[in-house]
Amino acid sequence: MHRRPSTVRWLFASLLALLMSQTPGSAGQAESKIDFARDVRPILSNYCFKCHGNDEETREAGLRLDTAEGAQADLGGYQAIKPREPATSALIERITETDPDLRMPPADSGLVLSAGQIETLRAWIEQGADYQQHWAFRPIVRPAIPVSKPTSAAFEGGARSPLDAFILRRLSEAGLAPSPPADRATLIRRVHLDLLGLPPSPAQVEAFLADESPAAYERMVDRALASPRFGEKWGRHWLDQARYADTNGYTIDSARTMWPYRDWVIDALNRDLPFDRFTIEQLAGDLLPEASQRQLVATGFHRNTLINQEGGTDREQFRNEAVVDRVNTTGAVWMGLTVGCAQCHTHKYDPLTQHEYYQLFAFFNSSQDVNSAAPTVSVASDSQNVRLAEFDRRIAEAKAALAEFDRKRDGQRPAEERSDGKPIAWQVADLESFESAGGATFEKLGDGSLVVGGKNADSDVYAITFASPTARITALRLETLTHPSLPKGGPGRAGNGNFVLNDVAADVGDASAAWVHATADHSQKDYDVRGAIDDDPKTGWAIGGTSRANVSRTAVFITQPLATVEKANVEVRLTYGPSPAGYNIGRLRLSVTDAPHAKFQLPDPERERLAAALKKLQEERAAFAKSIPAAMVMRDLPTPRQTHVLIRGDFLRQGDAVKPDAPAFLPAMPESAAAAEDASTDESIRTRLDLARWLVSGEHPLTARVTVNRVWMRLFGQGLVETENDFGLQGTPPTHPQLLDWLSAEYMRSGWSTKHLLRRIVCSATYRQSSAARPDAQQVDPLNKLLARQSRVRVSAEIVRDLALAASGLLSGEIGGPSVYPPQPDGVYAFTQRRAAWPTSKGADRYRRGMYTFFMRSAPHPMLTTFDSPAFNTTCTRRPRSNTPLQSLTMANDEALFEAAQALASRLVAADDDDPQRIEHAYRLCFARLPSEREAASLLEFLKQQRADLQASPEDAQAISGVADKDPARVVERAAWTVAARVLLNLDEFITRE
Amino acid sequence: MNAKPSTYALDALRQATRRQFFQRCGVGVGAAALGTLLSAEQARSAEQVLSAGAARNPASGPHPLSPRPPHHGAKAKAVIFLFMAGGPSQLDLFTDKPVLREHHGKLPPPSYVEGRRFAFLKGTETLLASSRKFARYGECGQELSDLLPHHRQIVDEVCWLHGLQSDVFNHGPAKLFVNTGSPQPGRPSMGSWTTYGLGSEASDLPGFVVLQSGPRGPRAGSTLWSSGFLPTTYQGVPFRNGPEPILNLSSPDGMTRQRERKFVDMVSQLNRLRLEAVGDAEIATRIAAYEMAYSMQSSAPELMDIAQEDQRTLDAYGATPGKPSYANNCLLARRMIERGVRFVQLYHTNWDHHGGASENLEQHLPAICQEVDQASAALVLDLKQRGLLDETIVVWGGEFGRTPMGEVRENTGRDHHIDAYSMWVAGGGFKSGYIHGKTDELGLGPVEGAKHVHDLQATLLHQLGLDHERLTFRFQGRDFRLTDVHGKVLHDIIS
Repeated sequence: MHRRPSTVRWLFASLLALLMSQTPGSAGQAESKIDFARDVRPILSNYCFKCHGNDEETREAGLRLDTAEGAQADLGGYQAIKPREPATSALIERITETDPDLRMPPADSGLVLSAGQIETLRAWIEQGADYQQHWAFRPIVRPAIPVSKPTSAAFEGGARSPLDAFILRRLSEAGLAPSPPADRATLIRRVHLDLLGLPPSPAQVEAFLADESPAAYERMVDRALASPRFGEKWGRHWLDQARYADTNGYTIDSARTMWPYRDWVIDALNRDLPFDRFTIEQLAGDLLPEASQRQLVATGFHRNTLINQEGGTDREQFRNEAVVDRVNTTGAVWMGLTVGCAQCHTHKYDPLTQHEYYQLFAFFNSSQDVNSAAPTVSVASDSQNVRLAEFDRRIAEAKAALAEFDRKRDGQRPAEERSDGKPIAWQVADLESFESAGGATFEKLGDGSLVVGGKNADSDVYAITFASPTARITALRLETLTHPSLPKGGPGRAGNGNFVLNDVAADVGDASAAWVHATADHSQKDYDVRGAIDDDPKTGWAIGGTSRANVSRTAVFITQPLATVEKANVEVRLTYGPSPAGYNIGRLRLSVTDAPHAKFQLPDPERERLAAALKKLQEERAAFAKSIPAAMVMRDLPTPRQTHVLIRGDFLRQGDAVKPDAPAFLPAMPESAAAAEDASTDESIRTRLDLARWLVSGEHPLTARVTVNRVWMRLFGQGLVETENDFGLQGTPPTHPQLLDWLSAEYMRSGWSTKHLLRRIVCSATYRQSSAARPDAQQVDPLNKLLARQSRVRVSAEIVRDLALAASGLLSGEIGGPSVYPPQPDGVYAFTQRRAAWPTSKGADRYRRGMYTFFMRSAPHPMLTTFDSPAFNTTCTRRPRSNTPLQSLTMANDEALFEAAQALASRLVAADDDDPQRIEHAYRLCFARLPSEREAASLLEFLKQQRADLQASPEDAQAISGVADKDPARVVERAAWTVAARVLLNLDEFITRE
Repeated sequence: MNAKPSTYALDALRQATRRQFFQRCGVGVGAAALGTLLSAEQARSAEQVLSAGAARNPASGPHPLSPRPPHHGAKAKAVIFLFMAGGPSQLDLFTDKPVLREHHGKLPPPSYVEGRRFAFLKGTETLLASSRKFARYGECGQELSDLLPHHRQIVDEVCWLHGLQSDVFNHGPAKLFVNTGSPQPGRPSMGSWTTYGLGSEASDLPGFVVLQSGPRGPRAGSTLWSSGFLPTTYQGVPFRNGPEPILNLSSPDGMTRQRERKFVDMVSQLNRLRLEAVGDAEIATRIAAYEMAYSMQSSAPELMDIAQEDQRTLDAYGATPGKPSYANNCLLARRMIERGVRFVQLYHTNWDHHGGASENLEQHLPAICQEVDQASAALVLDLKQRGLLDETIVVWGGEFGRTPMGEVRENTGRDHHIDAYSMWVAGGGFKSGYIHGKTDELGLGPVEGAKHVHDLQATLLHQLGLDHERLTFRFQGRDFRLTDVHGKVLHDIIS
C-alpha cells in the first residue's frame, strides 16, 4: 500500500491524541508499548465483539477476537491476527479495506474505526498481539510503594500515607505539583461532613485549632470515626446500594417494615463489622449455623426488592423480577459488573454467558418470598422483651388461678364425681333407626356416622335411636362431618355447606335430658352452640364465619346425669329450620359418655371471671406482639427450586436447567459448604452462603477493588475507576491501577476494616489538599483525575437537611427506629395511588436526620428528589449531583429550611449582643470558620437595610420572625436575623464540602 | 453521535464535566446571562473555565437543557401526551363490533383466546357487547360512540391507531411500559429522553412538565416521569394546581417580592466572594440558579393564570379558572407549549372500568368521557387555529385497552387487554383523518396494521427529529434507549 509521508504524520498525531484522550494526564509519559487492556481491548470490545466476541449466537464467520486462540485460529489459509505480522493479518487487511462492502466494521453497523485506532491495532500486532487478562479480573497483588524521585512536586509537609506516593508519581509524571493542605478549619469541616454528614460544632473546631500536637489531625479523625453519627453517614451510602425504602413499590406501594434492616446497617458500620462478615450476613445470614436474630435482619438487604400488590398480578412473574434484581444488584454492588445484560443473551462485551447468568440466578431462586412480605422475623427491643416477659408471667399466674379454682371445686365433690384427670371416654353410639320428618334419607357408614341424602326440606327433625352403651349418660357428643356428596363438602346441606341446628333433645324412656351446658370447637358469630339447648327455636348452632367453613366440627351437650340401664333405648332429636331454610346437617355421628361433670368445666361465675381475665391477658399480649415490628428476611425453601435458563429473559420460556455456580472467568467456587456439613445430602447444591463466602474469599479480584473504589469516590467526588459500576471491559481503566490494588490489598490485610481504610485515606496528604481551583492544572488534567487538588462536592440530599438542622440547633440526635414524617408541602401525597396520609411528625421527630424520613417509592419527599436522591427501585451505586433552580427554591422556601433559618436567628440573637459577634458566631455554626472582612461588612450592611425595611412593616416582621413578642423592636431584630440566616443557609458553601 | 464508542466517551465526559458548566432549568444561563450576574472580571474568569471545558469537549453543550439540534429534520418540536390512566375501553369508544353484539353472552371461541394472558379473567367470562350507539364521522369515517360527541369535530384532524399492542397487563408495569419502554421502574420516561435529546426552548420553565387530574394520581406515581439513570435535570416536574404550581415556589410569609430581590442579591454577592476565593464554576451555576428561581416565581404563576384567556377559549375547553380539572390542564398544556416547554404530560384517572361499584361501564365510563371529551378536542382545534398543531404532537391514550369479554363484579365492566387497543395522535406531521390498523370481529387481536407501543415510541421520537436507535445512554455497561431493542418507525402514519 502506498502511503504518503504526510499521512504518516497525521496518523501519528491521531494516535497521540487518542492516547491522550484515553489516559488523561499521560502527556508527560509518552509510551510506545501498547497495553492490551488499556489500548486494544476497548477498541475490539466496542467495534468487534458484537459479532466476533464471546456470544456464540451472534458470532459471524466463526471468528472470535476476544481470545488469542480465536484470533489466531487458522481460518483456511489465513488468520485474523498473526503476531508480529500486521501485513499478513486479515484483521488489518479488512479494517483498512477500501471497498465499503468488505471493510470492517460493516457500514450498516454505523461504526467507523479512526485512523488512530487502526494504528493502535497495527502496532499491537507488530508488538506480538499479546492478550492479557482484563485488569479487573487479574488477582490483586499488593504493589510496592513507589520510591519518590527527587522532584519539585511534593506535598507540603511531606507525604502522610503510602498512598500519597502513588499520587505523587502520577503528578510528577504530568509535571504537576500537589496543592497545599487546606486550612485546618476547612479540614475539620471536611472530615466531619465526609465521615459524619454533620458540621463540627464551634467547640470542636476551637479544640482542633488549639491542638498543636503533630497528631492533632489524626486524633480528630479518630474521634469522628468513633462517633455514632459515622454509622448513619456511611450507612446511608450502603442503603443506596441496598435500594432501601419504606414502601413496596409499583402501584399500591404500601408501607413495609424495613427500618430494622436500616438500623442493622448503621450499627454494623458503627461497630466496624468487617466487610467480609458484613457481606456474608447480608447475603446469607439466614443460612449461617444458628443464625441470630440480628443476622436474619441483615438479610433484609435483598428483601428491598419491589412487591407488586396490584390485583390480578401473576405472583410468579414478580417473584422472578425480584430474583433478577437480586442477581443484578449483587453483580453491581460487589463485583461492579453489569451482569443484567446476560439475562436475555450472552454478554456482548464481558465474558459472561447467559448460562452463567442463570447460575448466579439459581443462588437467589430458592427463597421463600413470592412477591410477598413474608417471611419475616420479629424484632423486639429490650423494653419490648421486658414487657413480653411481664405478660407471660401474668398469664402463667392467671392460668394457675384457674387451675386452683378447678382443683378446689373438684375437691368439694363426692369422690366418684371427681375428675381423674384423664380424657373423657366417649362411646360411639351404634345407631339403630333414623327418621326424617322432612323426607331426608340416611346412609350409615362404617365409622358409625350417617350421611344424609334425599330431600333437603326447609325444616326438618332427625329422630335417631340407639342402645345406650353406658349405664348412665352425662353428655352427648355430636360430630358434624364433611363428605364429598355434600355441597362444598359439607358438613351441612345448605349451599355453602353450613347448617343451623336449632334444637337438640334426648330421651331415655320417660326421662329427658336436662341440658346444663353446651360447648363446641367453633360457633359462628350469633350462632352459639348454646342456642341449641335454650328452648328458643329461633336460635341455633352454625359453623360458618371463618375462611375454613367446610371442616368437621364437634359439639358437646352436657346433661344432668341421666340414669339408664345398659342397652336402654335412647332417642335423639335434632331440629332445624324453618329459617334459614334447608340448613340441615349432612353427616353426623353421635357418642355418649358417663364421665363425671368435673371433667367438663361447667360454667360458674367465678370460673368465668378467671377465664375472662386470662383471655384478656392473652389478647393483650397478642396485640402487643403484633405491634413489635416484623422485619422482612430471606429464607430458603427446604427443597431448592429448579432453575432454568429463561429464553430472552422471559419467565414463561424455560431453557436448560442450571445449578448455582460462579462464572468461569472468575475464580472457581468451592463445593457447597452445606453439603459438606450435611452428610445426608449426596447432591451438592451451592447456596447464597457459598456465594457470599466466595465474594469475600480474598481470591475474588473484584470485591475489594470495587468496594475500595467506591469509598474513594465518596471522599474525592470521583473514583479511581470512573465507571464505578462497570469494572468490565466497557468500563474505564483506573487512573491509578497500582494505588487501587494497594488499597484493596490493604483493606483485606486489615481484616476488611472499613474504618481502617477510611482512616488511611482521610489521613493522607492527598485527601488533605486544598480544593481551590488550579488554573495551572486545567490544561493537563481538566477533570482533576490526577488529584492535584481536592474537589468541592455538594453534599447529598439528606445531608442538606442535616446541615440546616445542625446549624440552627434543631437537630434531634436520636438514632434509628421507625421512619418519621417531617413536614412536606401539602398535596405531594394527594396524587399517590393510595392517597396515602402523611402524618406529619410532632416534637423531636420533626427534626430527625434526613435519612430517617419515610421513603415512599412512588412519592418520595420532594426535597430528597430535588437534591438527586433516586427512588430506590433499583440499586444506586452513585448519585448524580445536579445544581438547579428547584434546589434554590427548596433552600429558600421549604418549610423545614425556613424554620431552620428562624431557629438559627433566635440562637444567634440569644447568644450575642452585637451584629459583628453574631455574624462570627453564624459563620462558625454554618461554615466552621470566621467570615472574611468583606463578608462581614456585606452582612452588616444587609442587616442594617433589613432592620430599616422591616421596622416599616411590623406585620411582615412578625411573619418572618415567626415569634410572638410584644416588643416590636425584638420582633424586627429576630426578623432581620432570620432573613440574614436564610442568606447563609442558601450559600453554595453551606451545602458544599470544600 | 455516529458511533457507539464515541457516544459513550462523550456521555462519560459529559457526565464528568457536567458540573463544570452552567446549569439552569429550562433557560440558557450562558455567557450572556453571566455578564449580568458577575463583574466583568469574574465573568471573564468564569468564562475561561467554561470555554476551556467547551474546547476540550466540543460535544458538551453549554448546558444539559439548552436546545440541541435533532438527528434529522424534525416535524415536531413539542409533545402533549394526554394519558388516560387505567385503560379506556376501545370497544365502547372507538370500534363498533356487530359480531360481538351477535355473540353477546357466549364464550369466545377458544382459538381467539388461546395464549392470551389476562389480569382477572378466569376463562368463564362471556362476550360483552357494547351498549353504546356508534356512527361513522368525517371523511375518514372513523367510528365514535355517543360518549365522545366533541370528538366528532376532530375525526379528520387526527390519526387513528387501532390494534396497538403492549407487553404487560398490570397497571403499574403497563404505564411504565408506555412511558419508559420498560415494565420495571427505574428507566427514563419519554419526556426525559426527549429533553435529553433536544433540550428545551422554555425560557423560564422546566422542559418537561407533568399535570394531573382525576380522583387520584396514576399508578406507579413519580416513576412515570422519572429521569431514571439520566441526569435528574431531565426529570419531569409535576405542576400542581393553584397559585403554587411548583413546590416551594412561594416565598415565606412576609418575604415580599422586593425583599426577595434583596435576598437573592445578597446570596449572589456572598457566593461571588466564594467564587473568587475557590474558582469553582459550580458556584457561578448556583448564582444563576437563584436568579432563575427568582424569575420563575413570577413566570410560573403567570403561566398558571388561565383567567388571562378570553372567555371564548375558556368555554371551548370547558375550563374554569380556579377550579382544577382536566380541561384546565389541557389549556395549561397549550400555554406551556407556547412558552417553549418541550414535553407536557397530562394524567387523568380513572379509566379502570372493571365493573366494580365505583368503576363500571354503565355510570363511570360516561362520566369520565364527559370530563375529557370536550377539552381533548378543543386542545387540538385550539392548537390548529394558533398554527401550533403542525409542530406539536398531541397523543391521546392509556396503558392498554379492555377485553371483549365482560367482567362481572357488582356491575358490568371489562378486564385489561393488551393485544389490540386504540389511541389517537394529532399534529406534528402525523397523517390527519387517517385510520391505521383494524382488529378482528371480536376485537381480540389486530387483523391489519398491528403495531406495538415501542413502534409508537419510535415514531414519536422520529417526528421530533430523533432516531430511537441513536438516542442512547450508557448505563451499567449497556446502551439503553426508550425502545429497548425493539421498535420500528411507523412510516404509514406520518406524512
